[in-house]
Amino acid sequence: MPLLYTQNLRREFGGVIAVADVDIEIFKDSITGLIGPNGAGKTTLFNTITGLDFPTSGHVFFKGEDITELPAYKITRSGIARTFQNIRLFKDMTVFENVMIGRHFRGNNPKIVKNKFLNFILGRIYVKKEEKDIYENSIKWLNFFNLLDMRDEYAKNLPYGKQRELEIARALATEPEILFLDEPAAGMNPQETDSLMKTIKRIRDLGITVVLIEHDMKLVMNICDKIIVLNYGKKIAEGTPSQVQNNKDVIEAYLGKTDD
Amino acid sequence: MLNFILLIFIYIGIYAIAAMGLNLIVGYTGLLSLCQAGFLAIGAYTTAVLMTTFHMGFWESMIISGFIASLFGILIGIPTLRLKGDYLAIATLGFGEIVRNVILNWDSVTKGPMGINGIPGPSIFGTTLSSMDKPAWIVIIWIFVAATYYFIRRIIRSRVGRALEAIREDEIAASSMGINTAKYKIGAFTTGAFLAGIAGSLFAAFNQSVAPLTFDFMMSIMILCMAVLGGLGNSFATIVGAVIIVLASELPRLMGISHIIPPQLNQILFGLILVLMMIYRPQGIIGRIKLNYAKIVKEEISDLEK
Ligand SMILES: Nc1ncnc2c1ncn2[C@@H]1O[C@H](COP(=O)(O)OP(=O)(O)OP(=O)(O)O)[C@@H](O)[C@H]1O
Ligand SMILES: [Mg+2]
Repeated sequence: MPLLYTQNLRREFGGVIAVADVDIEIFKDSITGLIGPNGAGKTTLFNTITGLDFPTSGHVFFKGEDITELPAYKITRSGIARTFQNIRLFKDMTVFENVMIGRHFRGNNPKIVKNKFLNFILGRIYVKKEEKDIYENSIKWLNFFNLLDMRDEYAKNLPYGKQRELEIARALATEPEILFLDEPAAGMNPQETDSLMKTIKRIRDLGITVVLIEHDMKLVMNICDKIIVLNYGKKIAEGTPSQVQNNKDVIEAYLGKTDD
Repeated sequence: MLNFILLIFIYIGIYAIAAMGLNLIVGYTGLLSLCQAGFLAIGAYTTAVLMTTFHMGFWESMIISGFIASLFGILIGIPTLRLKGDYLAIATLGFGEIVRNVILNWDSVTKGPMGINGIPGPSIFGTTLSSMDKPAWIVIIWIFVAATYYFIRRIIRSRVGRALEAIREDEIAASSMGINTAKYKIGAFTTGAFLAGIAGSLFAAFNQSVAPLTFDFMMSIMILCMAVLGGLGNSFATIVGAVIIVLASELPRLMGISHIIPPQLNQILFGLILVLMMIYRPQGIIGRIKLNYAKIVKEEISDLEK
């Protein structure tokens, strides 16, 4: 069974059908690419899956459970994390704090998170252990992205490429089983994109399933096991990179119809 | 004269408590609330009714007043916190007016426009304070100011403060980090209401009377002015803001020229302060203090075993 799948997922905005009855399947430990022309509905599909937007109809299943109606924070807690097409860091918080917020709701031990209020008033020992867990895990993720020496910088002061990496670090700090990246290479130079490709593979090797939206075809074709193509909200193709590259509908969607 | 200065610092203290509560809502969490006077009124009237009709002591009444005010904080918080920015401000404004009108018209409990008189003072060490015992009142009220300051500092420096900051920065990003934003927003709102309730209770017991006209929209604006003037997101600055605003509004009386200055001048003054601050120094006189949570946590966990 797929780790995550959608059933007839649909999202309409007034007359615009942004996502039109889409079924996708995401398998564990894979890297899946989601591509399509501008306005195809890729971001909307991400939003409806991650709870920031609700579908007009249809369902999302994660680990066999229907998560369609869950609010965003519960979806994140169930093991789904994401980044945003227009970076949404906590700009006036430090690099370190951004990652700490990612870790915010997780203590390493269920006992630790229990009785938070009492701990806050009384002993503080469990609160301290929880904070320690947050602190150490944040360092771990900052290290993963070589961001540790920038830990006290405000997020808004980082170069663009580093901001994208920080956003991924923050998402990973929630300890997801599946990570949704919305155009992670946008605005990156070729070297940064290369390093991002390696990073995404490293993330997959940690046992985290990755789904990414990307316009950079080199990146998509290189690292994705499977590609799903959207156009006008509809899924028009899916398959391996080479299958999709040679698909007539996909070529048409990207280059325009050439009937002669 | 000394008496008058003591009186002014009693009011400064009472307002500072309510304003620090509002600062938690507006300054730290980023929700614009315009009904702090409504929560003060609820606190003041709860104390007035409990102490006169039910002959309860002041300290019990004060605690109950705080909780009743925070209960209303939850009640208004749940439906309105879905609203954003301007819409939330308008909803809270409406709530403040509803409170005032209910108090004005619920004669059997609140005595309507007449207000409630003859509220006994608090007893402390076997004696009962009256409004005349100003030095004792100063001490009591500024102990509450200090306690409020410490209480908010404790919240802000904890992981709760971190979450509030994230929510203020970007609520959508915060919720996609697994933070239950509604819970924290309602929590901030409720805590702010609780503190206003305590302030209102002190207000009632000190004046030994309450009247509905006191808790009008202007009072909410005045409290907002205190938080904005000092600097949002900084409790100490809020206290400074309270000192300045109360002193400024009592200046005519301090200088003995109150008979030639119309009382409406205050309203013009607050409006002017808000406008000038927004143009020239939106961060306030002192400004926000940005905590470094990584450092705070590092210190806090330094004594834990490896
Ligand atoms: N909140 C909204 N209200 C109204 N229409 C919307 C909204 N969000 C998206 N749309 C519309 O839905 C369609 C799909 O938009 P979406 O952002 O999902 O596309 P996309 O594939 O991510 O495009 P891009 O590659 O440009 O990011 C577009 O026509 C867009 O205008
Ligand atoms: Mg998009």
